[in-house]
Amino acid sequence: MNLPDLSKIPKIDKLGVIERTNRFCKRSIKNSAKEMGLHLSLSMIDLTTLDGKDTPEKVRQLCYKARHLHDSMEGLPNVAAVCVYPTFVSVATKELEGSGINVASVSTAFPSGQSTLEVKISDTKFAIDQGADEVDMVISRGKFLSGEYNFVFDEIATVKEVCGKAHLKVILETGELDTLDNVRKASKISMHAGADFIKTSTGKISPAATMPVTYVMLLAIKDYYKKTGIKIGMKPAGGISTSKQSLQYLVMLKETLGDDWMNKDLFRFGASRLANDILMQLQKKKSGFYQSLDYFSKD
Amino acid sequence: MSRIDVLKTYKIFIGGKFPRTESGRFFHVKNKKGDLLANMCLSSRKDFRNAVVVARNLQKSWENTTALNKGQILYRIAEMLEGRKSQFISELLLTGSSKSLAKKEVEQSIDRLIYYAGWSDKFQQIFSSVNPVASNHFNFSSPQAVGVVSVIAPNKFPLLGLISVVAPVIVGGNSCVVLSSEENPMISISFAEVLNTSDVPHGVVNILTGKREELIPHFASHMDVNSIIYCGDNKEEIKSIEQLSVENLKRVKIYKRKKWDDKQSQSPYFIEKCQEIKTTWHPTQV
Amino acid sequence: MSKININKSWKYDEALESTSHINLKDKYNLFIDGEFVKPLSKKYFKTINPATNESISEIAEANEKDVDLAVKSARKAFKSWSKLYPKERAKYIFRIARMIQERAKEFAVIESLDGGKPIRESRDIDIPLAANHFFYYAGWADKLEYAFPNKVPKPLGVAGQIIPWNFPLLMAAWKIAPAIACGNTVVLKPAETTSLTALKLAELIKDSGLPKGVVNIVTGAGKTGAAIVNHPDINKIAFTGSTEVGKLIERSLAGIEKKTTLELGGKGANIIFEDAAIDQAVEGIVNAIFFNQGHVCCAGSRLFIQASVADTVIEKLKDRISTLIVGDPLDKNTDIGAINSVEQLNTIEKYIEIGRKEGGEIYQTECSLPKKGNWCPPTLFLNVSQSHTIVKEEIFGPVLAIQTFRTIDEVIEKANNSPFGLSAGVWTEKGSKVFKLTKELNAGVVWANTYNKFDPCSPFGGFKESGMGREGGLHGLKSYIKFE
Repeated sequence: MNLPDLSKIPKIDKLGVIERTNRFCKRSIKNSAKEMGLHLSLSMIDLTTLDGKDTPEKVRQLCYKARHLHDSMEGLPNVAAVCVYPTFVSVATKELEGSGINVASVSTAFPSGQSTLEVKISDTKFAIDQGADEVDMVISRGKFLSGEYNFVFDEIATVKEVCGKAHLKVILETGELDTLDNVRKASKISMHAGADFIKTSTGKISPAATMPVTYVMLLAIKDYYKKTGIKIGMKPAGGISTSKQSLQYLVMLKETLGDDWMNKDLFRFGASRLANDILMQLQKKKSGFYQSLDYFSKD
Repeated sequence: MSRIDVLKTYKIFIGGKFPRTESGRFFHVKNKKGDLLANMCLSSRKDFRNAVVVARNLQKSWENTTALNKGQILYRIAEMLEGRKSQFISELLLTGSSKSLAKKEVEQSIDRLIYYAGWSDKFQQIFSSVNPVASNHFNFSSPQAVGVVSVIAPNKFPLLGLISVVAPVIVGGNSCVVLSSEENPMISISFAEVLNTSDVPHGVVNILTGKREELIPHFASHMDVNSIIYCGDNKEEIKSIEQLSVENLKRVKIYKRKKWDDKQSQSPYFIEKCQEIKTTWHPTQV
Repeated sequence: MSKININKSWKYDEALESTSHINLKDKYNLFIDGEFVKPLSKKYFKTINPATNESISEIAEANEKDVDLAVKSARKAFKSWSKLYPKERAKYIFRIARMIQERAKEFAVIESLDGGKPIRESRDIDIPLAANHFFYYAGWADKLEYAFPNKVPKPLGVAGQIIPWNFPLLMAAWKIAPAIACGNTVVLKPAETTSLTALKLAELIKDSGLPKGVVNIVTGAGKTGAAIVNHPDINKIAFTGSTEVGKLIERSLAGIEKKTTLELGGKGANIIFEDAAIDQAVEGIVNAIFFNQGHVCCAGSRLFIQASVADTVIEKLKDRISTLIVGDPLDKNTDIGAINSVEQLNTIEKYIEIGRKEGGEIYQTECSLPKKGNWCPPTLFLNVSQSHTIVKEEIFGPVLAIQTFRTIDEVIEKANNSPFGLSAGVWTEKGSKVFKLTKELNAGVVWANTYNKFDPCSPFGGFKESGMGREGGLHGLKSYIKFE
């Protein structure tokens, strides 16, 4: 595998992107479309805890929440995955056994990525050995911004090899990439190097996921698909906390990549608060009353 | 034995050349006493057509000449005219002007050229704007030459009138085809000689002599002319020009003023008459 | 290449804008001298909802006598309005701007109901821009002497204004705001298929306390317009509409001292270079031709794509237009609303037929169209050339003629190869190319890396047969003043 030709990457006009994403937000999603969209959003969530203060107990609670989103409501889907640090993968794997919910682990010296390749490899190996179904790696942003694209490419390709059957999500950390042109470039490098998903952010840097950034990544995925026939997944992460936002992202997904991407195999939300907001909306729809978070478990 | 004067043959001025009218026709110009002064070319519609072709071919490159350069070229016309002041004064005397009026007209003509030479790189700044639109765009409006202009020059002030009308047209980047004063056409051809020796690209100004009645319909109807300037107050002529100009929505500019030697006879607004405003937008986000 | 699938599973439900808060009468009279008066003609005509072809209301048809009354009222009002302290004039106009903002939703719904444009556009573009236009020119009223160095600007008198059906309220604002800010009074005629928002504006103007007769609104069709154009006591005609009618007006005014401004047709060239931001350029193409069903004089109806990226751009464009929703103008998700009238639909369909006959390769999206009403799906014509009728003539509908080009000089020549000169678009990420093109294109408005943007302070108007004079911005003032 080689670094793709980066000279042919389409340029991005930021204002054009913003105008387009504003248009997505103007779509009015009502009634059954809303209900379906909210269910779909729930099923795409990677329920996430990535704090220094995380403990096995905290991870267990999150896994329980993943399996029992809101027991009093029937017909709810499961979330797609639970996303944790490598040291908690074994806990999560055990808790989620038989649920169909995947365990995703961050790796490669998450969130900064500032370490040697050896450490990143062993970090990833450890997560896989512990049973992770999915690996969320970070790219070396410093190297990327210094123009060392080969370095970035090779690193991803190496981690991909280590992952084996596990799905690899490559985090671009777009909040550090400065321009949308860089986002597009990093997307292309990642996909060519073997990413199964590309992901916006670690959640540790602001801004995290935004619609313009996600849109540019979706465009990159589309171009890659048109060229190779390979469908790469997309995961916006961080900052998406309301059901309204999730519907806007789904509109964007649908109108950019089409219905084939409208499932958890190709689209995820990296979010922790989103699930409860969606649950409140669904409950409101059912009961007709506006809801309070006090009635929804916070784990 | 006294020397026999060499009489001048007055021809027309197209594309930097002095051809005779293709029609071979002429008309007499006489002084007040009725003596023959010249056989002027009676230009035809075909002469006009040929002149428009030349003016069109040249227009873009003239417009793209830098404003500084255009200004210097206008200044050069003034220099040439200054050098031939006495010739122009005596030509005006020949056609009935008084000595003091002739001197005044020539001097004002020179000054007017310098006036417009100075506007060359300034009028754009007066008539442009940066428009603070309510979105993330840089937006500005600036004047651009309208293109090829046909000009019916004033009958009075055969030199000053012509220069007052033509200078603002060309300093704005347009090219033009002029019908000189019908009553007093000779001096316009002498002025063409000045133009021809002053770095004005051939074809920027083309000068025909002839009859308004015959040529106005063509000046007004030609589909490759973008604007027409008419100096005069003949209601029928104005109406006919306005009607014919509709075919390609020619911009019609009427100057009814009788005088060209007063303060109001020069201003950047004369330049603006033959400009189009273009507005450009561009995003500002990266 | 693999196609993107749209409209398979997740569909948006209907999201209709409510019509409960709008207030429409069964019959509308003429607005003359500050009052609604019955037409002397005693005639009324129906205004139709183009999405259903059902009648919404009846509108008075002004004849010559009605127009004469309106002009007399405007003339009477001119005496005091032109002498009113400019800062007081300004306050009235500011007030109108504010009142439009207050009633924005009502105006938006009526605009979509009467004209067929998507509620998203009337709500987000037409109505806010109309209000902003009044706000902008209000501020000029007491500052006019700063706009024209060394000159003393004076109002012209009574302005007769005739506006089109594509942006009914916005065009009324474009006409009325600068005219009255400069101290003129007006007689305005909206287009016969879209009179309602102008009449609602008349109600609002009445509420605003603007002195009687400063704004008069007379409704009717071509005859009413002709009565305005030919009225001897009108000092200025401002017309927006077709080049054909614009020429008729100019002809009938030959030899008569009436100042005119004309905003006429266009056939905008939209040029995509290989080094453009391709995906945003595709958005620009869509916005250029499908905005307001293509009923836009400055629409980018001639697309030029550099050959090296033509396949890519066309494929992306086809994907993109498959997401466009054609349907009920009042649905918030509608992208392309109803064609304004049966007549206009016939014109568009005639051109599509000509396009086919002349050998153009047609591409239309498979979108479901409502059964009743006037509809036209987004339409592309490939493999056409400069000599095709659909490339030369203005269609005024959602029909795009696509050509390719190879060099910069070639595309400049082709873009300028038209009697029109209203608008153009250029897409390239190279700065020098932007300026080369924007300089060389003969068009009054050039959008670089964007398209169909409007703003009250941005002058708008055409070169050549696209019109004379500018509207908007400082330059728009000139249409409504004379120098002493």
